[in-house]
Amino acid sequence: MTQFLSQDNSQGQITDKLFRNIRERIIEFALFLAALSSVGTTFGILYILVTESWSFFQEVSLLNFLTDTQWTPLFNDKHYGILPLLSGTFVTSAVALLVAIPLGTIVAIYLTEFAPKNLREWLKPILELLAGIPTVVYGYFALLVVTPLLQKVIPDLPTFNMLSGGLVMGLMILPLISSIAEDAMRAVPVILKEGSYAMGATRLQTSLNVVFPAAISGIGAAYILGASRAVGETMIVAIASGLLPQLTVNPLEQGATITAYIAQVSLGDLPHGTIEYQTIFAAGLTLVLMTLTLNVIGYFLAKRYREIY
Amino acid sequence: MSQENLVTEISKRKLIDRCFAIVSLLIIFVAIFILLALTLQILIEGLPRLTPQFFISFPSRKAEQAGILSAWVGTSLVMLVTAAAAIPIGVASGIYLEEYARQNWLSAIIEINVTNLAGVPSIIYGLLALGLFVYQFQLGQSVLTAGLTLALLILPVVIVTTREAIRAIPISLREASFAVGASKWQTIWDHILPYSFGSILTGIIIGLARAIGQTAPLITIGALTFIAFLPESPLNSSFPYLPLQITFPFFNFQQFFAWLNAPFTVLPIQMFTWVSRPEQAFKANAAAAGTVLLAMTLGVNGIAIYLRYRLRQGIKW
Repeated sequence: MTQFLSQDNSQGQITDKLFRNIRERIIEFALFLAALSSVGTTFGILYILVTESWSFFQEVSLLNFLTDTQWTPLFNDKHYGILPLLSGTFVTSAVALLVAIPLGTIVAIYLTEFAPKNLREWLKPILELLAGIPTVVYGYFALLVVTPLLQKVIPDLPTFNMLSGGLVMGLMILPLISSIAEDAMRAVPVILKEGSYAMGATRLQTSLNVVFPAAISGIGAAYILGASRAVGETMIVAIASGLLPQLTVNPLEQGATITAYIAQVSLGDLPHGTIEYQTIFAAGLTLVLMTLTLNVIGYFLAKRYREIY
Repeated sequence: MSQENLVTEISKRKLIDRCFAIVSLLIIFVAIFILLALTLQILIEGLPRLTPQFFISFPSRKAEQAGILSAWVGTSLVMLVTAAAAIPIGVASGIYLEEYARQNWLSAIIEINVTNLAGVPSIIYGLLALGLFVYQFQLGQSVLTAGLTLALLILPVVIVTTREAIRAIPISLREASFAVGASKWQTIWDHILPYSFGSILTGIIIGLARAIGQTAPLITIGALTFIAFLPESPLNSSFPYLPLQITFPFFNFQQFFAWLNAPFTVLPIQMFTWVSRPEQAFKANAAAAGTVLLAMTLGVNGIAIYLRYRLRQGIKW
């Protein structure tokens, strides 16, 4: 009788355990599927961009796309040269980086070596809050506040210009650059700094000659991620820099970036499957290739500074 | 070098040092000041337009009568879909990567992929959604498409914060749970998730705050810029409100979820349309919409930052 009972009991335990194992497996599989969804997103992006661009490049040769100096898919005289959009993207990003890189580096050095702890604790959340301002609001600032101010200094500045868009974009990516660069400099071992201070160096000398070189790859990653953000930014440039693609490196003129072109075309009603519709995917593919290259470089740079010590 | 030279040299360096500190402080405060001034400017421009009427009016050709009713309703509905899609998938991915994933090539790919997705420009998500959701899946330019697009966009944020939150839980808690015979999932569900709930919530809120301000991807999928109607209400106007019916399945799902297929506009797009109008009167509307948008995103971000601050104070392992 006792034997019988215990046998029954153990059988119950076995089915319990079996049930539990199956449940664990199912849950693990479901979680795995969720994790795969991010890979699916990447494949989705590549699939859509490549297939639509493929149809585009059936009509327009790659050589034409890369060398034609006009981008006028929406006009009667159609030209499909990406160069004007690239130059617009390049100029606005360059202006933004010219603002954000020097200022961001100075702020990062200050925050790592100079700032009192309380100040840092106050600044971090403020910087985070700033990062949350919607870009369409930055665009409003650029068009309606910064441009009129700039026009007082440069009287014949057009309403839409790449300078004001770039400047505001620089203000936007400044917190990003300074915070990544600060993390990189903070990761430099204290021994290096102590060695420098022991030799009688000042804080600035330590920062510039010891900490900065030691963290250079991480700081480089910060610059590159900032550049990637600037290249992919849409609303600020679409609002403030105009929608006229032209091949120029003069920030005082108006110009269209790749992103601004995509936004402009999407605002109109383009029928699915036409070449005009496919142009935004070809432009998007170009954009993704650019930011992807930047992000990969940034990723490896960031990885390097973690591994050295 | 003589004693005197050395002293002047040192004091010179110290002076440079101090100058640098002052210059950097100046840069920080000037940058913050500019942003504060800009925010104040938008507030001053927009405040006269911020009447109750502004919140319950549809957009209009006459700037004085235009309002943001369809815009804030659209934003709320889109956020609902975004949260419903991004929270479960993001938290589940985070749990998998932190607790289950073995060290192999597949986990490495997923990990690199999440990092990479965080760097993809937001407008590209719009192109993905246009090609995939709108045309391949035939979801149309609807609230559902918009919500799913933004969900994909904030997924990396939710995944990364979930992982960080879970990683912060000490291993001893897991060991204690395993020691009394709990399975892996029981350990996660009953111990790890409750302890990391606050930090995960912070990440979700930051992600949603980011989604509220997104304009470019929704323009790309073809969000309308002029909408003078609201999606059909899922509820009936009279008792019992829920759309019940006599025939099977006794609940009118079609009516209840009709809003998912409705065309929409959102607050940032409404603001963008008004900024692009040349008339001065619409700029005031843009400022008012911008004020509402700023209040929403800064408020939500503020909640998240405060929450995290409180959590850091509260928990000591």
